[in-house]
This record gives sequence, structure tokens and C-alpha cells, in this order.
Amino acid sequence: MRQEPLLQVKGLCVEFATRKGNVQVLNHLDLHLDPGEALGIVGESGCGKSMMALSIMRLIPAPPGNISAGQILLNNSDLLQLNEKQMQDVRGNEISMIFQEPMTSLNPVFSIGMQVSENIRRHQSATRAVAREKTIQMLKAVGIPVPELRIKQYPHELSGGMRQRVMIAMALSCQPSVLIADEPTTALDVTIQAQIFDLLKQIQQDMNTSIILITHDMSVIAEFADRVAVMYAGSKVEEGLVRDIIDNPHHPYTQGLIRCVPFLKKDPGTEREELNEIPGVVPDMRLIGSECSFAPRCRYVMDHCHEKKPPEVQIGKKHHAFCWYLEEGK
Amino acid sequence: MKTILPLLKRIAYSLMLLLAVIVLNFVLVHLAPGDAVTAMVGDMGGATPELIAELRVEYGLDQNLPTQLFKYIAKMVRGDLGISFTHNLPVIDLILEHLPATILLVMTAFFMAILIGTVLGIIAAQRPNSLFNHLITVISLSGYAAPVFWTGLMLLISFSYYFPIFPSFGMETVGFRGTFLEKTFDVLKHLVLPAVTLASIYVAVYSRLARASMLDVLGSDYIRTARSKGLSEKVVVYKHALKNALLPVVTMAGLQFAQLIAGAVVVETVFSWPGIGQLAFNSILRRDQPLLLGILFLSTIMVVVTNLITDFTYRILDPRIK
Ligand SMILES: Nc1ncnc2c1ncn2[C@@H]1O[C@H](COP(=O)(O)OP(=O)(O)OP(=O)(O)O)[C@@H](O)[C@H]1O
Ligand SMILES: [Mg+2]
Repeated sequence: MRQEPLLQVKGLCVEFATRKGNVQVLNHLDLHLDPGEALGIVGESGCGKSMMALSIMRLIPAPPGNISAGQILLNNSDLLQLNEKQMQDVRGNEISMIFQEPMTSLNPVFSIGMQVSENIRRHQSATRAVAREKTIQMLKAVGIPVPELRIKQYPHELSGGMRQRVMIAMALSCQPSVLIADEPTTALDVTIQAQIFDLLKQIQQDMNTSIILITHDMSVIAEFADRVAVMYAGSKVEEGLVRDIIDNPHHPYTQGLIRCVPFLKKDPGTEREELNEIPGVVPDMRLIGSECSFAPRCRYVMDHCHEKKPPEVQIGKKHHAFCWYLEEGK
Repeated sequence: MKTILPLLKRIAYSLMLLLAVIVLNFVLVHLAPGDAVTAMVGDMGGATPELIAELRVEYGLDQNLPTQLFKYIAKMVRGDLGISFTHNLPVIDLILEHLPATILLVMTAFFMAILIGTVLGIIAAQRPNSLFNHLITVISLSGYAAPVFWTGLMLLISFSYYFPIFPSFGMETVGFRGTFLEKTFDVLKHLVLPAVTLASIYVAVYSRLARASMLDVLGSDYIRTARSKGLSEKVVVYKHALKNALLPVVTMAGLQFAQLIAGAVVVETVFSWPGIGQLAFNSILRRDQPLLLGILFLSTIMVVVTNLITDFTYRILDPRIK
């Protein structure tokens, strides 16, 4: 029997008002997240990954941004229908988020103990002492040594990796069912990156938290995620289980993306190929209309790629892509 | 201990600064043409050269400048600021008599400007394009642009003459008798117009600063984090953002305090407020060097102390400064 998804994003459209007119940042995006699952989101810089995450939290800066259409269903109730007060009860409690920039994501003038326990006291009727205990426990769980002393420290006294751990502790302090991690390691060095991913992996198993992991690094997805959605210019172009996408990418953009990462290839070393890149740049979002937004960079481009939105092509059981070329080749 | 050491260091610096200012003041005041004797002789309508020389000896003005300076500092260390030529009273007594009025005026205007300015700035930051925001900008900039004496006179005409709500001069009603409470109220009534006049220049400074700083802070990553915890907008703005947004305001307050004292001289003259501003003004006209130097010395102390206080406030607000 098919499980009900925990979180579903349906036909999500996000627009930004700019001086030169409206920009469509997300274009009818569909996603779903099953309980206990780790869903990866990949795509180039500027393709709308962070906007997707902020939409789920309903933290799109408005104005200039706004969610113009769609549904975001958490356990089948639409978050977009909640009033601000109800949405505040969801944030940090049922859905939490950790951000790209650990150096600036903590408030410099409050101790980290206060910033973590604040989340607990906001959502659970805990006394100061209980919240403090729980804070120490959470900091210990994310691998911060001597948390009893750390809670009195301020963000500037911690390294980037430690700060990101504090963010993770804060995000998980109320056992949310969904954790959104938006490029949590981009600003950290490689060894710390590995530690943070190990931590997230362990949390996902121990706490049964579903995770949406945003990254532009295919090798991270290969390590971490169960399923992956590939985004391009505000739309999803392909989605499937991680193995299917890596071993058998169908969409021309995904193929390019996989080829960019040398060690993901099935038989490394047998063919010595130059490191690949996808020619061209991400299009100006204002110009995106009713065509395939990847068409200008696509090596298989055909006439009607410029005329109509590409259809959904089912490739495997959980594997589909949006492409005219694949539709023709069926 | 961690906070005491830098404080001691700051105090030591401040003392050195004070000494430098004393020397500088002394030299500057004596560079101005004429001295107390010239002024006195002018008042008398002329005098014989013998009398002039005699007077110079009496006031110690016949010695050369370094000797005078040395004697002055030596006396000052003992707490003796000299005798005022024009009042024939110890300078320290004169200053202590007029200082409370000035401190009352300056401090009231100082906190009024910071409080009103910051509150207006924060409200404006939350509605950057509202009519209210533009209104605040126009009013506060007018206060900033208008000369102090003009603002003072306009307020006098409006609220003392056409609508006689507030008294027009002095700090107390002459011959006023009453309980302590009634007297306090009487002083407060006299205080309103001068304090508003003096504050009006700085409300604009603080409201613009608080607005800009608040807008900047509200767009920062940690505010997004605070929102992502589900905190209400009130907590986000008044707890997480405000404490950060106040930092530049505190810095500015420390820097501006000296200008506030300068502004007080004008305001005290307009409203006949019996503070050291008036005393300073007259001492310049009469070339009363000991009195002028004493007043300058005291203003310097006030500025140095305020800077120490703002420095300390900053340390409390911002844990990054150690
Ligand atoms: N305030 C804004 N006004 C107009 N457009 C905006 C604004 N903020 C973001 N955008 C646009 O939204 C698009 C998506 O941005 P987003 O931050 O989601 O990208 P991303 O995929 O997270 O990229 P990265 O990997 O660099 O984090 C970008 O093309 C950007 O130009
Ligand atoms: Mg991003």
C-alpha cells in the first residue's frame, strides 16, 4: 500500500516584483516528502532552491516576493491557508530550517544557550530550568563538547562548524517532522562538511526526521539522499531514486550535471575524459515563458521545445523527467 | 576582572586627554587679543599706563605664558580653579552654582532626543514607505535644519505668548513658594521649551540613524533565523533586532554629547536659563579667563564621563567587545 506523503508541494509559483517587472522564481513546482525520507534538491546557483525552502517556511520576504499559486500540504493541511499566528506555531516546531550561512545565522548579541532554549520555550511549556537542561542535551546530541560551558558563550566565540551544529540543535530541539537543510555546509571546510552530514544522517535515523537537503553538489546527494529532484530555472526537470538518477539520468540537464562530477561515473579511469561543463548560463528568469527553459542550452533541442512546456515522461516506477526529446523517443 | 582592566585603561587615557585639553584651552584663550585688564579698562573708560601695569601684576598677568600655565595647572591639581575677575568669586563656586541647571537641561534634551528619535526611527523602519514615515522625515529634518535660536524663538512665541502654556524665561518662577513637589513641577514647566528646543536638532539624527540601522538589521540572516523559530513579529523586532540596532545609536550618542553642550549655550541664552552656558558667554565677552577656562574644563569632564558611560553601555549591549 502506498504511504501518504508527509509534505507535498503542489503547483508552487513564487514571483518577485522587480523594477523591470515580475520575475517568476518558481514555476509550478511539485514535490513530495515521505515520512523518514531524505530528499535531495540539486540545481545550479539561482535556480530557486532556497526560495522553495523559504516558501515551505512561508518566510519569503514579502514584498517584493510572493507565493502566487499552489499548495503546501503538511499532513494534508495546506500551510498557505494558515494565518500568521498558526504558521508561527508550525515554524521551529513541525518544520525547521537550517541555513546556508552559519557565520551570520545566529544573533551576535545573545548567548547560544538562550538562542536554542528560546525555540524550546516558544513551542513547549517548559520552565527556564527544563529548557536549559534540554538545550544542554541537544547540544550534546549534535556533538558540541562541554555544552554546560558553551551555553554561556556567544556566537563569535564559536567556529563555523560549531555554529552550524548549534543551528542544527536549535532546529531539532522540538523534534520537528521535517528538517530543511539549505546547503548547510557550503561555508565550511571539507572535513567539517563530512562531520555535519554524518550528524544529519544519524539524526534522520535516530529521530525519524524527514530531511530536505538542498545542495548543488551531486556527490553529496549520492552519499546522503534517498530520492532526488533536479531543478532548473525554477522548475523541476527530473526526479527519481538517487541510484536511478546517477546511473541512468534522462534529462539532458541532469546528464550534464552528472557528467560534471567525475567520480560518480560508473567506471572511473577506463575513459579519460575532460571534466565536463554545461555550455551557456542560467536564463534570465524574467524571460521564462511557455517554453522549456533549458532549451537554449540543450544539445537535443527541437523546434517545439521553444513553443510549449515539456510534458512529464515516466521513466521508471519513481522516476520521471520533463522533456520533449524524451517524449519523442518513447 | 575582565571588564575592570579595560575600564581602568580607559580612565587613564581620559585623564591624559583631560590634561591635553587643559593646556590647549589655556593656550587658545591666551592667544585671543586682549585680557581681563583690557576689558576692565574699557569698562572704566580708560586708565593710566601705571594703573594698567598695577592691575596686570595683581592678576598675575604680567608673567610669561609658560609660568602662568604652570601655576594654573599646579593650582588646578589642588582643586583650585582661580578667582573670576568679573565676579570676584572663586570659579569653582560659580560653576557649581550654575552647573545643576545645565546638567538638568542637557540630560533632559539628551534622553529626549535619543528616546523620541529611536522610537520614531523604529516605527518608520517597520513601514518604510508609509505616509507616517515620510511625515517623520519631514518634521525631524526641519528640526535639524532650523537654527537652534530660531526654533527656540518660534516655540517661545507659540507656547509662551500666543498659547501661554509654558513660562518664557528662567528656571523657576520668581518668588515662588510651595512644597517640594510644587517646586519640582514649577521647574519642569520651565524646562519643557528649552529642552524641546535643544532636543529638536538631534531627534532627526537619531531617527534617521535608528531607521537605517533597524532596516539593515531586519534584513539580516539572524532575523530570518529568529522568524524560523516561530517567534512572533514583536519578539523578533523588539528583542532580536532592537538590541543590535541600538549599537550605532549608542555610538552616535557618545559622539554627539559634546555638541549638545555647545548647543546648550545658545538655548540657555534664548531662554535665560541660569546654566553655565550663560556664564561662558559672559566670560568670553569680559575676557574672564579663569572663569572661561574653568567652564571649558568642566565641559571636558562632562564629555569624557559621557564617553566612558557610552563605552560601557556598548560593552553591555555587544558581547563581541571585550
Ligand atoms: N529580492 C529578490 N528580487 C528579485 N529576484 C530575487 C530576489 N531574491 C531572489 N531572487 C531570485 O530568485 C532566484 C532564486 O534564488 P535562490 O536563492 O532560491 O537560488 P538558489 O537556488 O538557492 O541559489 P544558491 O545555490 O546560490 O543558493 C534567483 O534567480 C534570484 O535572482
Ligand atoms: Mg540558496
